Amino acid sequence: MLKRLDRIKAQALTNLESINDPAALQAWKVKYLGRSAELAEVLQDLPKASKEERPQIGRRANEVKNALVAAYEEQANTLHKKALAQSLVQEHLDVTLPGRPRLKGRLHPATQTLRQLFRIWAEMGFQIYHSREVETDEYNFGLLNMPAYHPARDMWDTFYTTRSGIILRTQTSPGQIHVMRERAPEPIRVILPGMCYRYEQISARSEIQFNQIEGLAIGHNITFADLKGTLMAFASRFFSQNAATRFRASHFPFTEPSAEMDVECFICGGEGCSVCKDTGWLEILGCGMVHPLVLQNGGYDPEEFSGFAFGMGPERMTMLKRQIHDIRYFWRNDLRFLEQF
Amino acid sequence: MKVPLSWLKDFVEIDLPIEELAKRLTLAGLEVEEIKYIGLPMPKDSSQMKSSGLPWDREKFVIAEILEVMPHPNADRLVLVRLSDGKTEEIALTGAPNLFQFKGKGPLDKPLKVAYARQGARLYDGHKPGWILTTLKRTKIRGIESRSMVCSEKELGISEECEGIIVFDDDTPVGLPLVDFIGDAVFDIAITPNIARNANILGVAREVAALTGKKLKPPSYKVPWEGAPIKGRASVEIREPNLNPRFILGLIEDIEVKPSPYWVQLRLRLAGMRPINNIVDATNYAMLEIGEPLHAFDYDILCQRAGGKPPTIITRLPEPDERLTTLDEVERSLDEFSVLVADTAGALSIAGVMGGTETEVNQQTRNVLLEGAAWNFINIRQTIAAQKLSSEAAYRFSRGIHPAMAERGIRQCLSLMQQLAGGTIAKGLIDNYPSPPELITITITPTDVRRCLGINLSPSEMADILRRLEFSVDVDKENVRATVPDHRLDISQGVIGKADLMEEIARIYGYDRIPETQISDIIPPQYGNPTLEREEQLRDLLVSLGLQEVITYRLTSPEREARLFVDETPPDEQAYVRLANPISNSRIVMRHSLLASVLESVEQNNRVRDQIALFEIGPIYMAYAEKALPEELLRLIITLTGRRAPACWQDGDSNQMDFYDLKGLIASMFAAMHFESVRYQSAKHPVFHPGKCADVLLDDQLVGSMGELHPLVAERYGLSAPLLAADFNLDLIFNKMPTTYITEPVPIFPPALEDLAIVVDESIPAKEIEQVILRAGRPIVTELRLFDVYRGAQIGAGRKSLAYSLVYQASDRTLTDNEVAKIRKRILKALTQELEAELRS
Ligand SMILES: [Zn+2]
Repeated sequence: MLKRLDRIKAQALTNLESINDPAALQAWKVKYLGRSAELAEVLQDLPKASKEERPQIGRRANEVKNALVAAYEEQANTLHKKALAQSLVQEHLDVTLPGRPRLKGRLHPATQTLRQLFRIWAEMGFQIYHSREVETDEYNFGLLNMPAYHPARDMWDTFYTTRSGIILRTQTSPGQIHVMRERAPEPIRVILPGMCYRYEQISARSEIQFNQIEGLAIGHNITFADLKGTLMAFASRFFSQNAATRFRASHFPFTEPSAEMDVECFICGGEGCSVCKDTGWLEILGCGMVHPLVLQNGGYDPEEFSGFAFGMGPERMTMLKRQIHDIRYFWRNDLRFLEQF
Repeated sequence: MKVPLSWLKDFVEIDLPIEELAKRLTLAGLEVEEIKYIGLPMPKDSSQMKSSGLPWDREKFVIAEILEVMPHPNADRLVLVRLSDGKTEEIALTGAPNLFQFKGKGPLDKPLKVAYARQGARLYDGHKPGWILTTLKRTKIRGIESRSMVCSEKELGISEECEGIIVFDDDTPVGLPLVDFIGDAVFDIAITPNIARNANILGVAREVAALTGKKLKPPSYKVPWEGAPIKGRASVEIREPNLNPRFILGLIEDIEVKPSPYWVQLRLRLAGMRPINNIVDATNYAMLEIGEPLHAFDYDILCQRAGGKPPTIITRLPEPDERLTTLDEVERSLDEFSVLVADTAGALSIAGVMGGTETEVNQQTRNVLLEGAAWNFINIRQTIAAQKLSSEAAYRFSRGIHPAMAERGIRQCLSLMQQLAGGTIAKGLIDNYPSPPELITITITPTDVRRCLGINLSPSEMADILRRLEFSVDVDKENVRATVPDHRLDISQGVIGKADLMEEIARIYGYDRIPETQISDIIPPQYGNPTLEREEQLRDLLVSLGLQEVITYRLTSPEREARLFVDETPPDEQAYVRLANPISNSRIVMRHSLLASVLESVEQNNRVRDQIALFEIGPIYMAYAEKALPEELLRLIITLTGRRAPACWQDGDSNQMDFYDLKGLIASMFAAMHFESVRYQSAKHPVFHPGKCADVLLDDQLVGSMGELHPLVAERYGLSAPLLAADFNLDLIFNKMPTTYITEPVPIFPPALEDLAIVVDESIPAKEIEQVILRAGRPIVTELRLFDVYRGAQIGAGRKSLAYSLVYQASDRTLTDNEVAKIRKRILKALTQELEAELRS
């Protein structure tokens, strides 16, 4: 019987070597390791063997079985690898075919810029304050140091409504009065974002509605130097770490002293180009120390409090950064434009 | 405001390079928008300044004198000029009409001084429109050779004047390089309302002096009085001293009206004004120079109107229905609030704005009565707004001019008139000054400067800066007492005046020298803006669901919005916020419907896209008769149309999106906002398909509606595929949105999964079946997913089969088959009892 076992082992291993496909391997497994395999027969016949031989045959039969199982697994593994190798060779894609498109959502470019501005200002301690778009003449002009027929009113072309004294806000500044009246005499550090309106013909360069972000800081000890420092820190975040800026004296009725901040033209690097009108500088924002009358109108004593304010146009800033030449793109919502952001 | 450098130099010494001066002015708030170079060399490197101009070569452009003007032998429209540049004589050809009067007159008694260009000179073509540079070459015109030319202003790039050549004044030195004589640079300066006092040469010169530390050399305002006293020759009556604080008259007699000398014409042109005649030019010149608009009357006409007596000038409001024909030859009906300058016979001019035709200076004028006055700027603004009229005078008066300037203006102008037109100036002025502005003195200290500007200045440094701007200043220890000079009205009293002075100190000290510091003040109380945070969260959520954000115009028209409704009639009668001055009829009201706005975006994109998924978060505006201001209500619109999946070369789902695409999206949205109970109930809505529309309720409150756009409406927007839209009231949703939520542990024990198919009557909504299953299976059935809906013969008409996957899950043990079977039985029992459902076999 020991000889028979050796023969079974030799025969099985020889057969196994020539097997090339999974079906034949399965058949081999049934034939040599199955319930009716010869090896099983040998074990069934074990009682017939002599008492002395039995342990030896049993041990040997187990050895053979283990050897066959191991050989089977090795062969199965080899065959699997071979098959895989073959399929890997055959399964070859044209990687240049387009992928399956996914519907992708995006924020509107104006929102994207607003978000970026919100984030920067939030990190600098300025929280958002929301105020209304349809305003009274008083909040939009009067309380901001622009009484009726004030020459500075020429700076804003206004949409009037059919209701007397009610207009569409021309800038976010009326929010200054709202937030001051709400919070006085607490110190304030807010930004006031939102849509503003100007009576203008719509063209590549001018729109009837546009976003503005205005900032307002009020406290006991806020200076023009703080305004410069704050806005330069902002410019280094929004434009680039080394963005050069300059402050020019300017005029806004609700601030005094007033300034405009220019940033070095990032398109030509300050050399002069059509975007910066050969000046090397881009006008980015208007700013200044809150006018004492505005402080008073907001409920703050100008002898005790001071503050600064600034205002910028997110769409204009987006246009400069992304070299958009037509402001009308923003509210036209052509997907071919929006999808570029 | 165009400011020639040469004119500035009359009042202040300038040794800075031109560009540097422009930069200093710009930083100090006098923004130089452009520099135009007149003959001077332009800086080569990057100048950081918009500039233009034509440099004149010193050799090729010189001053020459025409000795004789001779006919061209072969051309009537041309003449030959014999000229000398001081060294040699040349013959040049020209067609200049202003030389024809000298043609064939032989050698001229007084040679004409002209701008002469030699061969090789670069200049503009004077005969072609636009600005075309050419090089002067040797040419032969009709047999006569020419190597040089005499130039017009256009050819030299000075102005658009191309009709005749320049003829300089007689005392012009021959042979001088042209650039040394009239080479110049003109600054175009933007004048903001607060620096209206600088809308003149002297004003800019004062700023230059202050900025550079040079001394201002103001005019002496001395008048060569030579005539008899003016007293008794005219009188003034001011009826509205508030509107006309001062009125002055001067008189000059025996003048000769003629063209101004070239230097006056040139300066006027460089400053952007057209020369008319020496009298008008003198008023304009004085106005440009010191900022006071003046008006010249023909004195004799005024006397005639007064019946031969000395005229009485009256400033007053108009009589009812009074009319006046102004210099622009428009007959105007006068507004009741517009101040007039009149005499006893009627109106003469709209005060400070424009004169009338009848009394204006003309070629025959011999005697001129000159008006210098001060007007209330608000009144002038009202007038120019009402009359839609503007003028250089109105521009200045409408921004406020100090009454002290009236006298300076009239003195300066009288002297100039005498210089340009001869004549005798009657001695003295008739000066009626009922309402002088109060003298303003403000006290500031170094603490004020530190507090506002963040810099440390000593009282004497502060005083120095203010004195440079012609404030008179006393320093008493820390107190700097500054009295406002009488050329400006922009400095107020008290705390506002302090701020006004801070601006002046900062400007002259230099904004660039102020340091950059970080706010040292305490951090204010924190409030945040929860609504905006929610809005931004929701935007991110919708973007993550594949929607593109749009932002549309908030102005629209009722007609555009009516398109939204099946019968084109909006169901609400709410009033609009309506514009009084719309730019067009299509943008005339603030919108009521955000959906209508977004649909217009869909409409546009539909032509270029076969799959569109948009959202917008934005306000609508509802006006109420009883409220002055409208409500601005926050809305959310979601729209879907077109293919479910983007087109692909393989396996693309080309089915069109339907109601359930929108429903799935909205369910995901509310789930992500942690709303627990959202109800959808079938609804009718004038925008939506009657069978494919639902109201959405949170806690039984209606927060929006959704559905498929009514096919008739869809057609109106050019849509062929179904359009799914949802319109939500975000104020309500944000109000109800849970401010916080908690999480549950992930189960440790394995769930049991089982499918359950039941048959129910068609009328039973799916939601009810779900509720019964969840209630009966509570707390073990934790999830329920509908995976099939079947209708057909197998189950009979009027019935439907719904198949669900159920998840049985206990948090503390593995469920046995027995337990699951028990719960399943309970569920089936409930379904049978409550909904007469049957198990589908
Ligand atoms: Zn540039």
